[in-house]
Amino acid sequence: MLSLRDVHAAYGSVLALKGVSLEVPTGGIVALLGANGAGKTSTLRVISGLLRPSQGVVEFEGRPIDRMPPDRIVQIGISQVPEGRQIFTEMTVLENLRLGSYSRRDGDGVRADIERVFTYFPVLRERSRQRSALLSGGEQQMLAIGRGLMAKPRVLLLDEPSLGLAPMLVQEIFKIIKAINEQEGLTILLVEQDANIALDVASYGYVLEAGTVVLGDEAAHLRGNEMVRRSYLGF
Amino acid sequence: MSADALAALSPVVLAAPPWENPSLFAQQIISGIATGSGFAILALALVMIYRSTAILNFAQGEMAMFSTFMAWTFLTRMDFWPAFILSILVAAAMGAALELLILRPVEEAPALNSVIVTLGLFTTFNALALWIWGSQPKGFGPFSIFKGSALCAADVCVGRASVGILAGAAVIMLLLYLLFQRTRVGLAMRATAQNRLASQLVGIPVGRMLTLGWALSAACGAVAGVLISQNVGLTTISLFPVLLFAFAAAVLGGLDSPAGAIVGGLSIGIIRNMAGTYVPSDVGNIDLTIAFIVIVLVLMVRPTGLFGKRAVRRV
Repeated sequence: MLSLRDVHAAYGSVLALKGVSLEVPTGGIVALLGANGAGKTSTLRVISGLLRPSQGVVEFEGRPIDRMPPDRIVQIGISQVPEGRQIFTEMTVLENLRLGSYSRRDGDGVRADIERVFTYFPVLRERSRQRSALLSGGEQQMLAIGRGLMAKPRVLLLDEPSLGLAPMLVQEIFKIIKAINEQEGLTILLVEQDANIALDVASYGYVLEAGTVVLGDEAAHLRGNEMVRRSYLGF
Repeated sequence: MSADALAALSPVVLAAPPWENPSLFAQQIISGIATGSGFAILALALVMIYRSTAILNFAQGEMAMFSTFMAWTFLTRMDFWPAFILSILVAAAMGAALELLILRPVEEAPALNSVIVTLGLFTTFNALALWIWGSQPKGFGPFSIFKGSALCAADVCVGRASVGILAGAAVIMLLLYLLFQRTRVGLAMRATAQNRLASQLVGIPVGRMLTLGWALSAACGAVAGVLISQNVGLTTISLFPVLLFAFAAAVLGGLDSPAGAIVGGLSIGIIRNMAGTYVPSDVGNIDLTIAFIVIVLVLMVRPTGLFGKRAVRRV
C-alpha cells in the first residue's frame, strides 16, 4: 500500500536518510525501530511531504507522492500523529478534532467520526469543550490520535505514541491502537523507541540505523533476533 | 480637537484638573477612544501577521498610507463608497502579492532578515508614494457621509469623522471575529498561527493561510488609513505617527493577542489625549513621549504585554 524505495533526504547539508526502503502492506501494523537520530521521524516526515527526498521514491497505492505538498498527502489518505503530540493547545478538544477533518467535505461523515473517536477515547467526550492545554499528557496523546483519525486516513503514521507517558497509559493506548487496526482494517506505520510494546502490536518491523534500514522481518522473528534483543529490547 | 484642548497643548497653560472641568475630561476620553480605535485597527493588522508568521511588519503604516493615496486617486474618479471599497480590494491584493513574492523567501530565515525586508518595504512604499503623488499635502475628506456638525451630548462632542473611525473599527472587529470564530477558513488561520507543523499535518494549506493573512492585514490598513486621514490629512508622512502608536498599542496589548491590540489601541488613544491635555509642557509631542513611558512601565511589570501569552509550554 505504502512503499519507500532507496529514499535519501537531508536537512541542509546533514544527511538524515541514506537509502531507506520499506513496505507497509494493507491492513498491517508495521513498526519502525531504532535509536535516537536513526532517521525514524525523518522517514515519517518524508512520507507526509514535510521533507523532500533528494533521491528515491515514495509510492502510495502505486503512485508516486514524493512531490506532493503535505495538504495533498492528507487528502489522498495519509495522516500523521506527530511526535510530541503537537495538538492545538489554545483550542478546545472539539476544535482540535474538527481541524483533524480539515481535508474532508462530508459534514455528516465528520460528525459520525467525532462520535467514533469519542467511543475509542471516552475521556475526550467528557472534555470536549475544554481547552486542550488543560488535558493530561495521556489525554493529549489520545486527542492527537483522535485528530489523526479524523482525516479518515487509509494509512496512519504514529510517531512515538508512548513518549513521556506512564507505562499503564502506554498499555492502554496501544490496546486502542490495536483495536482500531483490527476493527477498521486501518493500516498503521508505527515509530517507537519502546521496541517491546511496538513488536507486541506489529506484524512486521524494520530496524533503522544511521539513516538506513539494517533489518526487516516478521515481528516475531525480530523479537528472537540477537542484535534486536540486545540493542532495543534490553534483555 | 476642541478649543480647550488646543489651549492645553500650548506651553505652560495648564488645563483645569478633571474634577473642576469634568466635561473637558469626558471630551478627552471620547476623542481618545476615537483616535485610539484607529490605532486599534492598525495594531490588529500588525498582530494578525505577527501571530501567524512572527514577522513584525514595519511597513504596515506605509502600506496603509499607500492605500490611502490610491483611495485619493480613485476618489477623483468616483464616489466615496466605490473608491473606498476598491482601495480595500487593491490593498488586499497588494498584501497577498507581497507575502507571496517578497516575504515567502525569508520566512525560514532568521527573524532579523524579515525585519530588514519589511524595513525595505517601508522605504520603498514611502519613496513610491513620493514619486507618484509628490510631497504636497492632499485634501482628503471629510467625505459627505461624515460631513455635518459634530454630534454632541451635553457639552461633550464628537466629530463625524471620528464617529466614522469608531464605526469602521467596530465593523472590522466584528467581521474579524466572525471570520476567526465562525468559519472553517478562520479556524484554519488560527490553527496556522498556533502550530504550523500540526496545521500542515491536518491538511491545511499553510502557505495559502499566510497569504490570506497578509491580504486581510493590508485591507485593514487601507480602512484605517482612509478613515484616519480625514482627521489628520494626507501626506507621505502623515500616517507615520499613527504607525508608531499602533506599534505601541500592539506591544502594550501583547503582540500575539487581537483583544490586546484593541485594548492597547484604545488605551494609547486615551493616554495620549490625557497627556496632551493635562501635562504642561513647552515641548511638542509630549503626548507621544508619555504614551511610550506608560508602555515601558507596563512592560516592566508584564513583559509580554497586557494580554500576551508567556512562553510556557506544558510537555
